[in-house]
Amino acid sequence: MTIGYLGFAGAVAAGLLLAGGALAASTLDTVKGRGKVICAASTGTVGFGAPDDKGYWRGLDVETCRAVAVAIFNDRDKAEFVPLSGQQRIPALQTGEIDILPRTLTWTLQRDANGINFTTPNYYEFTGFMVPKSLGVTRVQDMKGAAVCVQTGSTTEVVVADISTEHKLGLKTVVFDSIEATKQALFSGRCDALITDAAALASTRATQAKNPDDYIIFPATPYMDALTPAVRHGDDQWKDIVNWSFQALIAAELFGITQANVDDKLKSPDPRVKRFLGVEPGNGKALGLDDRFAYNIVKQLGNYGEMFERNLGRGSPLKLERGPNALYSQGGLMFPLAFQ
Amino acid sequence: MTIACEPAPPPRPQRPPLWQILFGDAGSAALTIVTLAMLVGLAPALNWAVFDAIWQADTPARCREGGACWAFVAAKLRFIMFGVYPPDEQWRPLVVTGMILVMVLVSLPPRFWGRRLVAAWLVATAAMLALMWGGFAGLRPVTTANWGGLPVTLLLALLSLGLGFPFAVLLALGRRSRAPVSRLLSILTIEVVRGLPLVGLLFVASIMLPLLLPAGWTIDKLGRTLAALTLFAAVYLAEVIRGGLQGVPRGQVEAAQALGIPAWKMIWHIVLPQAIQKVIPPLTNTAIVMVKNTSLVMIVGVFDMLSAGRSAASDPNWPSPYAETYVLVGTVYFAICFGISLYARWLEKRVQEKEYR
Amino acid sequence: MLSSLWDNQRLRSWAGQILLLALFGATIWWLADNTLTNLAVRSIRVGFDFLWRQANFPISESIVAYDPSDTFFRAYLAGIGNTLLISAVVIVLATLLGLVVGLGRRSRHPLVAGFAGAFVTLMRNVPLIVQLLFWYALLTTALPPPRQAWQPLPGAFLSLRGLYLPGVEVDGHGWLFCLGAVAGAVLWWRGAARVERRFDLTAPRVAALLAAAYAGWLVLLWLGCGIGLRPSLPRLAGFNFEGGLRLSPEFTALTIGLVIYTSAFIGEIIRGGVDAVARGQWEAGRAVGLSDRQTLFHIVIPQALRIIIPPLTTQYLSTVKNSTLAVAVGFPELGLVVGTVINQTGQAIENVLALLLVFLTISTSVSLLMNWYNARVALVSR
Repeated sequence: MTIGYLGFAGAVAAGLLLAGGALAASTLDTVKGRGKVICAASTGTVGFGAPDDKGYWRGLDVETCRAVAVAIFNDRDKAEFVPLSGQQRIPALQTGEIDILPRTLTWTLQRDANGINFTTPNYYEFTGFMVPKSLGVTRVQDMKGAAVCVQTGSTTEVVVADISTEHKLGLKTVVFDSIEATKQALFSGRCDALITDAAALASTRATQAKNPDDYIIFPATPYMDALTPAVRHGDDQWKDIVNWSFQALIAAELFGITQANVDDKLKSPDPRVKRFLGVEPGNGKALGLDDRFAYNIVKQLGNYGEMFERNLGRGSPLKLERGPNALYSQGGLMFPLAFQ
Repeated sequence: MTIACEPAPPPRPQRPPLWQILFGDAGSAALTIVTLAMLVGLAPALNWAVFDAIWQADTPARCREGGACWAFVAAKLRFIMFGVYPPDEQWRPLVVTGMILVMVLVSLPPRFWGRRLVAAWLVATAAMLALMWGGFAGLRPVTTANWGGLPVTLLLALLSLGLGFPFAVLLALGRRSRAPVSRLLSILTIEVVRGLPLVGLLFVASIMLPLLLPAGWTIDKLGRTLAALTLFAAVYLAEVIRGGLQGVPRGQVEAAQALGIPAWKMIWHIVLPQAIQKVIPPLTNTAIVMVKNTSLVMIVGVFDMLSAGRSAASDPNWPSPYAETYVLVGTVYFAICFGISLYARWLEKRVQEKEYR
Repeated sequence: MLSSLWDNQRLRSWAGQILLLALFGATIWWLADNTLTNLAVRSIRVGFDFLWRQANFPISESIVAYDPSDTFFRAYLAGIGNTLLISAVVIVLATLLGLVVGLGRRSRHPLVAGFAGAFVTLMRNVPLIVQLLFWYALLTTALPPPRQAWQPLPGAFLSLRGLYLPGVEVDGHGWLFCLGAVAGAVLWWRGAARVERRFDLTAPRVAALLAAAYAGWLVLLWLGCGIGLRPSLPRLAGFNFEGGLRLSPEFTALTIGLVIYTSAFIGEIIRGGVDAVARGQWEAGRAVGLSDRQTLFHIVIPQALRIIIPPLTTQYLSTVKNSTLAVAVGFPELGLVVGTVINQTGQAIENVLALLLVFLTISTSVSLLMNWYNARVALVSR
């Protein structure tokens, strides 16, 4: 009877499904020991991260994570995805439940200062409203008194409040904890508008609206957001690996290297391409990876352009334009750093 | 001198004719009419659910008009029941569900109760978990992030009750103990946890728990959720068991003390068996509560039957059949919980008969 | 020497207790130490100073005035206000419905008893969250959009956006007025007996005096708090109705779901209480010529109350706790607000702790209140 209490702290913590063990010094060692990278996934945004009919995860954010898996293991399937809600994703990253958070996360000062590090933006985006055409609304100023569906755990709650104050619109918000609930509420007519990233809106409209032509999307603010994969504070090597795995995708596009021609490019005389593909060694070693990590990434996933078209562009139901997500050489914002 | 005296049979209760019960006086007539009106008011629901319903549809578009779209339920049943578990491995959760059913059926008759049944449950639970995880004998490993649907619901209910029970016994004993520290700590735990909503505990488990543990100890999401449910179950079970402990006559303890039986032996062999036997009917009530509570894990993003249903209903090809999904999920829960409550009633009657004999 | 120490039962038990306490303390210390280390390593901000920062996020409906430019603390108050509001509404309505259900189950009328029985069985065996989602799905799919709103009564509109009713707008310190009115009523009520004794007046006279005094007090309050009333009718403006009293679909779904679910449990508690009153009491009532209704209200219910109140307290507490399920239907009670605050601040620990603390406070106050009431009932009926 005296032993009464102790059960809890001890057994709840230790006894149940305890995985892991002693903390290895670096995330890279932990990941290598585990044999796979664990990434956060949304609970289903087609084009960015959602399981297909077979339960295989697809999308731009998902492939950003797979690129890291390829860089480390040379296997795009050595990545695992944990669906997390808006509130859970940042604590999950901080506490080591996931290694990378590539989940449509806007780079903000408060988040950056508060325990997570951002790598390279993998998508530039406006926050937008999606509104039924029948309401005859085409811009923010017309939205006086509208009911707006918002998902909690996103930056959009603040955006709605700001717009409402700025234009004196008196917007009414309806807040849900899941993206499914917000979509359902828009389509049922509970809300006049749904606010989130314009690309996610396009995804929703293309795949979930009964009749996609019944809805229009317009930007909510004139300011662009940078959706950026994040890692934990305090592990610079891991941040570098995630960063350069993504850099490899845009650099490959700039060099004109595709999944199809990557083997030919190994014979390229261009010294930058040689360094990039690891024909001339040194880059991978510096990161603690295989020297051919960039080659492996392109070989298995293609370059950023191919990834974009496959998930969001012409090869997808979303049919999005590259816009700001084109390379800087084509007027976009994607700008690879030097691989040397 | 004895006079054999046959007592007169009690007068047979006179049952007035039906029409008199229904319309005998103004009050009953009014009640009848109100009840009938309420039943008529439910007619549109019946219409929606049965007569206007679409039972079969070649294409989802057929469901646009008409009532309930049961064709959707038929098409998505597999997903709602097993979630995102890899499709060609779904025989495994099916087997697990079957095993739970068999084990429950075996455990129903009181004459099977005993240490061997407990051992059987332990073995079966280990086997079920192993089967879900895989990773041996050529079974593909499936991590808990991919578990979903009915097996998750059942396993969470089962494991939280099973793991919570030993703690509940300790807490109940602690609360009745005369030792001040054990008593205070037990009361503190019980009252604090009972004062909190389960949603709050689930928040603690899913968001806060990782920060409370040393770096590198990661318990996956399902495990953390289970920890919260276990704590919750333990506390509610403890209060039920405490009731049983109070019902053990003081003389039993005194007799044991007089015989010089050590305290722990007395509790283990004399007090607990009697106490637990007394509280089995109310324990089934706690079981119902826990089965229903597993549905809350949806809030922290665990893919149980309800979340799977919601996810299935958001398929754009179907005309948002949310009501149908909730009816289906509700029916499954109802079947489980009502089953348990029928069993409890039967058990209670048995116990009463036994006591009267 | 040592073995005699070991044999000393009291000593052994004390040693056990001290060991237990030490282990408990060590566990707490271990958890706290882990947390502090984790927070430091991951450079996560700690402390409650965020409460005074501007919240910047909207709350869709609140009985406490709230605007995105208010502080996080104010957002908390709005959440707590909504939790208390929904709990109070549900407790009152569910108790009334529960009384009907409980007595219905014991009715000699077969239709009524059957209906009540089916209702209780169905509601008790389906999880609350499923019911809430069902009601919400029903409300947001079955009702028309605002521009084609149903008008069941003149001035009342029912649509997807909720139920709009004619209302009054109140200026001035409405809260203060209500508080004063309640306080006044209690004061005069308590004073009545004393006045009766002291001045040797008859009861009707005292009642008249009290009423007059109370009316005067109300007028004073009215003027003092600067109350002004304006009628407010809902009208369609742009997207939505404006003005009037609005019950949102979230609030309505939550209320319907919680009331129906809770009333099934309360019904069973009441039935249990009535059943527990010995049959002889009914027969005695009939024997002295009371009607069934009189027996029920004057003999059975007062006795049943004593049995009913403890489980009823537990049920009320569960109702307050169950209100956190509102996250599923989007009503901004405390749980939903805390979720949002966690996102905006990234400070999970402080916010979850605050949530737990608020609920512990509410739970403790409700149980204290009900214990006090229980003690009174027990005394009176002795």
